[in-house]
Formats: sequence, structure tokens, C-alpha cells
Amino acid sequence: MIGPQQEATLAGVARLLSAPTEHGPGLAAHRAHFGPLPAPGEAGLIDPVTRSGLRGRGGAGFPTGRKIAAVAAAGGRPVVVANGCAGEPVSGKDHVLLELAPHLVLDGALAVATSLGADEVLLCVHRGDPIAPSLRVAVAERGEEGRAARLVEIPGRYAASEESALVNFINTGTARPTAKPPRPYERGVGGRPTMIANVETLAHVALVARYGADWFRAVGTADSPGTTLVTVGGAVAYPGVLEVALGTTLGEILELAGGRTGPVGALLVGGLGGGWLPAEPGAAVRLDHADLRKAGAALGVGTVLAMPAGVCGVTETARIASYLAAESARQCGPCMFGLPAVAADLWSLSGAAGDPMTIMRRLRRRLGLLPGRGACGHPDGFARFVRGALDTFADDFRGHAHGRPCPGDGRAWLRLPASGDSTPAGWR
Amino acid sequence: MSERRLRVDPIACTAHGLCAELLPELIDLDEWGYPVLTAPVPRRLAAAAARAVANCPTLALRLERT
Repeated sequence: MIGPQQEATLAGVARLLSAPTEHGPGLAAHRAHFGPLPAPGEAGLIDPVTRSGLRGRGGAGFPTGRKIAAVAAAGGRPVVVANGCAGEPVSGKDHVLLELAPHLVLDGALAVATSLGADEVLLCVHRGDPIAPSLRVAVAERGEEGRAARLVEIPGRYAASEESALVNFINTGTARPTAKPPRPYERGVGGRPTMIANVETLAHVALVARYGADWFRAVGTADSPGTTLVTVGGAVAYPGVLEVALGTTLGEILELAGGRTGPVGALLVGGLGGGWLPAEPGAAVRLDHADLRKAGAALGVGTVLAMPAGVCGVTETARIASYLAAESARQCGPCMFGLPAVAADLWSLSGAAGDPMTIMRRLRRRLGLLPGRGACGHPDGFARFVRGALDTFADDFRGHAHGRPCPGDGRAWLRLPASGDSTPAGWR
Repeated sequence: MSERRLRVDPIACTAHGLCAELLPELIDLDEWGYPVLTAPVPRRLAAAAARAVANCPTLALRLERT
């Protein structure tokens, strides 16, 4: 069968997903394919990872070498946390990686732990994730390597996998974000400096440790080197997870997923915390941190979702905004009250309830009150998402404001999980 | 001389609004009653800022040197 992954392999960019699947994801097959994990040289991992230009794959894109260096500089005996929670409901790549190459992730986590002198490695996934039992086996297979490694299951809320929320859950049993400072690299698990990295980031570290920084940079762009996992969905023939070189255009990614199944109106890039782009010229934009930011989106968690042309951007934005509002941890006022207020404004615009000019002015004022005013980045991502929608769907918003027939066929498009339990019990 | 800046712990803040009464020059309240700060504190307002910080019922307001 020729599926999306095989096509990506033919394109010569399979690294993380390069192991033949017929041998399974066990440790022996893993070592046979990738070779042994070399012990970090005297300088440790900071130098090769920094030179590789690897940036975090969990959403923020922070340079991984700098993060390891910050934890090393904080002193004490650090802890390493591999974040496999995939809090973004539209992203499936961390799940696929943990299913196909769990030992590559553990290699990266253990290599970082060795380099930092950490004695504890925690792998976090959402509670009830069907891969948890096989991950527990994989973690146990690495037991003899002298570090206490264990699997931690986190409540299934959108904000529960944010760094400080993970630390808070491990320390206190409540997975809500905490105020910064301190940041986890200063004071995290058990009060110790904590290196938290997305599981895909750690899998790349495992490859840099083996093959070096120059090998890593041989594909990708100067700003965003290497390959990356992308979750492709929506109106494409083969939705799923692909590995592509960074710098691949969004249009090429849709082609790798079997091409569009019909006219596409807009692309949702980088998860719900990323942003919308119009399908044209969006398809020509490269998957690269700088290019996507310039275009008004973000690489985020590397999702590319093709929204069919017949879907109403106003209603879709209101639906997603309501989901994100319900996922607030309800700790910070501007997030607790601001997000539902903006979502309500969007529904008012969608249903033409009230004077559209007045509502739009109020909505824009409220959007300005969100960034930087929460303990975590949830209100910031929300504001970026809604602002991007106002630009991308400007015609739809104008149409609704002028009472023209809605271009949508009334059906909801993006599948969102039911919002979790919003009482304190839902975060435990 | 180092600059002083206001910062609010958004989790600790529960919108009492006292800070905006004590320091209206630098603190506005949003429509939900939470403070919107002008962070850098000019020298002439240093004492008023310190008073606002000291009177926050939830100790959410901080004054930091940068």
C-alpha cells in the first residue's frame, strides 16, 4: 500500500519515521536500525544541539540547545520531562511518534539526562491514552540504564500539558499552569531545575547525538533546520502524520497527503494556537518559523488542516473560540472572562445579533486585553487565533455584517473533543 | 539607576481593584475589574506604587527592579 508515510519516505526525508514498521517498535529493532546511542562527549549535548539549530517541536519553537544550557546553568541535580501530551486536539504527530519510535524519544530523554547529570526521566502522556501500556513496557526496557524513568499520565485538558502545568501536576496533583517566575528550568519538579521538551524534540536530539549537527542541518532551512512531523487533515485524500523537511511549502504538504479532495478555502496551520491562512497564497508559504510568522500564522505543533471552501469562517471561528474558552483553567481573570466574552461576540456576529460595527469594535478591544495577561500563553494563543480569523475570513465577516446569505452550508467542520470537566476535579 | 516595574500575579489577583484606586496614574481596570498596568514606574510615583503594592488584599501586585 502506498500511504502518505511511504510517499514521504520516497521523498527522502524520513528520519524519525525511517525504521521499517514490520519489525515493530521494540528496543532490539530500534537499535538494529539506528545503531547504539553514543555517550555524549566531554562537552555534552549543549554544543552539538545548539549548532544543529534544533527548535522545540511542542509549539513555541524555542532553541533546544539554549534550553539545555539554561537548565545546566541553574545548577543542582536536574530532572528531564518528555512531554508527549499533544494538548492540541488537532495534532496527532506526538502520538504517532510514540507509537512508532518510542525508543528514539527515550534515547533523546536519556541522552539529555546523561548530559545534565539528571537522575530522573519522566515521560508524560494524557491519561487513558491507548499507547500508555506499550510505553510503560518501553520505559521498563530502559530500566537498566541507571536512571529512574517512569510514565506519568496527565488529565486530558488543553492547558494541562503547558510546562508549568505539567510540573504542577507532578508536584501537587493539579495540572493547572502556575505563575512565572519561576520557570521550570529554574525551579520545576521537586523544586529542581527541569528540562521539559516535547517528545519529537527529544527524538531529534537522539539523532543529533548519533549523526551530528551538520547531518541534522543538511535538510530544512537556515531558520528552521531539519525535518518535522506534520499532522495533515481536512480536505485531503490521505489525512495523517507525515515527516517532511522544514521549508516544504504548505501546498506540497497537501500533495504529499494525497492532494486536495475539493476546493479549499483556508488553511489552519500550527494547531489552534497557530493561525489561519487563506488557501491562496497560503499554499506557497514554506513550513518555517520565520516565514509562517511573516504570513500571520505560526509553525506551532506542525498541523496543516485544509478547510473546504463551503465552510463559513465566522461560525467555524466562533465554534473553536468557544472550545478554547471552555478549556481555560479559570485561574486568571482576563482568560476566565475575556475568552468567553470574545466567543460570545463571535457568535453575535455569526447570528447577526446586534449592530455588527459595535460588536466588532468591542471584540477588537477585548482581543487587545488578552495577550500577556495570563499565567500561561492560552489567552495569547486564543487572541492570535481569532485575529488571524478576522483577517483570513474578512469577506465572510463582512457578509454576515451586511446580512448577506452565509457561504457555509451550516455544518460544523473541525472535529473538537468535548470540553473536559471544568471543575477543579477535572485538573487532578 | 535601576528601573522599577509593576507586575501582577494573574492567578493571585481576584479583582479587588484597590490598586487602581490607589494608583490611577498607572493602573486601569478592564471591564471585568482586573488591572491593566503601565509597567515602568516613574520616580515621582514610587511611593504611591509601593503603597498600592502593600495594600493589595491578595498580595498579587509586585514592584520589581530591573
